[in-house]
Amino acid sequence: MIKNCGFEDFTKTVRQDILKMICTAKSGHPGGSLSCVEILSVLYREILNVPKEWKKSPYFDKRDRFILSKGHASACLYSVLARSGFFNPDELLTFRKFGSRLQGHPSVRYGLEGIEASTGSLGQGLSMAAGVALALKLDKNPAQVYVLMGDGEMQEGSVWEALMSIAHKKLDNITAIVDKNNLQIDGCCDDVKSLGDLDKKFEAFGFYVQTVDGHCEDELKKALLNTKKSPKPSAIIANTIKGKGVSFMENNAGWHGKAPKEEELQAAMEELK
Amino acid sequence: MSLNNSIFKTDGEVKSPRNAYGETLVELGEKNKDIVVLDADLSCSTQTCKFASKYPERFFNSGIAEQDMMTTAAGLAIAGKIPFVSTFAMFATARCLDQIRNSICYPKLNVKIVATHGGITVGEDGASHQALEDVSFMRSLPDMTVIIPSDYNEVKQAVKYALEVDGPCYIRVSRTNLKTIFDENNYKFDPKKAVKLTEGSDVTIVTNGETLIEALNAAKMLEKDGIKAEVLHIPVIKPFFAKEDLIDSVKKTRRVVTVENHSIIGGVGSLVCETLSENYPAPVLRIGTNDCFGQSGEQRVLMEHYGLTAEKLYEKIKKFLNK
Repeated sequence: MIKNCGFEDFTKTVRQDILKMICTAKSGHPGGSLSCVEILSVLYREILNVPKEWKKSPYFDKRDRFILSKGHASACLYSVLARSGFFNPDELLTFRKFGSRLQGHPSVRYGLEGIEASTGSLGQGLSMAAGVALALKLDKNPAQVYVLMGDGEMQEGSVWEALMSIAHKKLDNITAIVDKNNLQIDGCCDDVKSLGDLDKKFEAFGFYVQTVDGHCEDELKKALLNTKKSPKPSAIIANTIKGKGVSFMENNAGWHGKAPKEEELQAAMEELK
Repeated sequence: MSLNNSIFKTDGEVKSPRNAYGETLVELGEKNKDIVVLDADLSCSTQTCKFASKYPERFFNSGIAEQDMMTTAAGLAIAGKIPFVSTFAMFATARCLDQIRNSICYPKLNVKIVATHGGITVGEDGASHQALEDVSFMRSLPDMTVIIPSDYNEVKQAVKYALEVDGPCYIRVSRTNLKTIFDENNYKFDPKKAVKLTEGSDVTIVTNGETLIEALNAAKMLEKDGIKAEVLHIPVIKPFFAKEDLIDSVKKTRRVVTVENHSIIGGVGSLVCETLSENYPAPVLRIGTNDCFGQSGEQRVLMEHYGLTAEKLYEKIKKFLNK
């Protein structure tokens, strides 16, 4: 755990972890993990009320919930959790290895502290969040539910089913964040299947929408604090850069699901010093 | 055996298994406040409307959006609720198989899927609505419990049993009103057992769900020809607790016929073949829909066309035994 470190140092460490983990595993998703580093860092450092003691905490039931719908960004989530004190960062390099609690995509089967939901098959996290939000409301539990989706993931039809449900059921305890890095495996989202005006679409569905620079701590924090006051369900469109922080990975769809070689890792580490 | 004495009477008691589900939900919902119910615009057909009118705050209609419904149920279970999710078997399984696999079974969540309208007995709506593969889909999922009860009284007990299971369950509830087979007061649902309804030495008939009553009638017809059929009803086919019961029966009869209102691929027929070929190989005749789609028609007309009525079973079994 990084004690009292500044935001920039924290995110730098997370980026280094992500690259080392994926390089060691010889597989993984660097592009979409690097694009959401600030989003997850702000959430876990400044927004989410989640006990690091996890299930052992007497406040466990009152915790805010986070669901990583874009489960392929697992390396980022694991690093942020470890660096925030949920588990020992030594475990990070077991990522994707046989017997590891750090599965390729997050899974609750392995008892890893901080993991709320098994995700990976895209388009399902938002409905899952809706279920959690409904249960919290039934229990009069004031906890908030946050879910992070990829922009490519918004092509899944079930996402739009969920948006309709969330608005209809007035689940104002949900904040849906879109990591809008504009790329998916086969190229630009706009070329593969354009998402159109995402903000207007969210608005039309009845959401309170904010658009922010997804790499700016202050903008993210402000937007995330705003959502708590909204009587509507919230959406935050976070404009990001896929592969952010490593020049040769930035805005390159080729780095969606490819591990850096040892020399590429070294070059990336130089940039992240 | 705790059987209802009017089974074989033409005017015997006939009741709606769907009503049994709806009534049991209300009963369970009163005691257990964690129970929530989800439906996808079919609450009158599935009878979850009963729960909806009694406990509106714990009923969620997803509209015509089964994928969202199934994953919302997963979320409710993550947060400690016990969701019962209902729609037609076609949409409850095929439409959202990925959601069930990845968001419910993989995290082993306590979600109970109770699907109505399985099999060709959906009737006039035709093939698009006749789930003939649902059991196969659900049976192939790790950690899923699969239950196919055979009458009103058994549905009630099966739903209560599902609540005791810590993990996902699939219950297939018949659309058709069914003869009451099991005595309301004396029948005790036992997930570990194959229910032996007749003793026999010539052939074992393995079935469940809607076809049990047909198998019993077929056994009665065979008896007149001096053929003693042992009818085994296996309501819980996954996990398959009743393996030894099946093997013990086949050791005696040496031949097996499986009967199901489902494709012969992946359901009870497959279960029996898989079990016997590894443990006690014996000739098996699988009766069900033969790798084909259904079609429109009245229930009994379809049952006859696909060879699932007692008379058709009798003919097929006779032929099989004479081989």
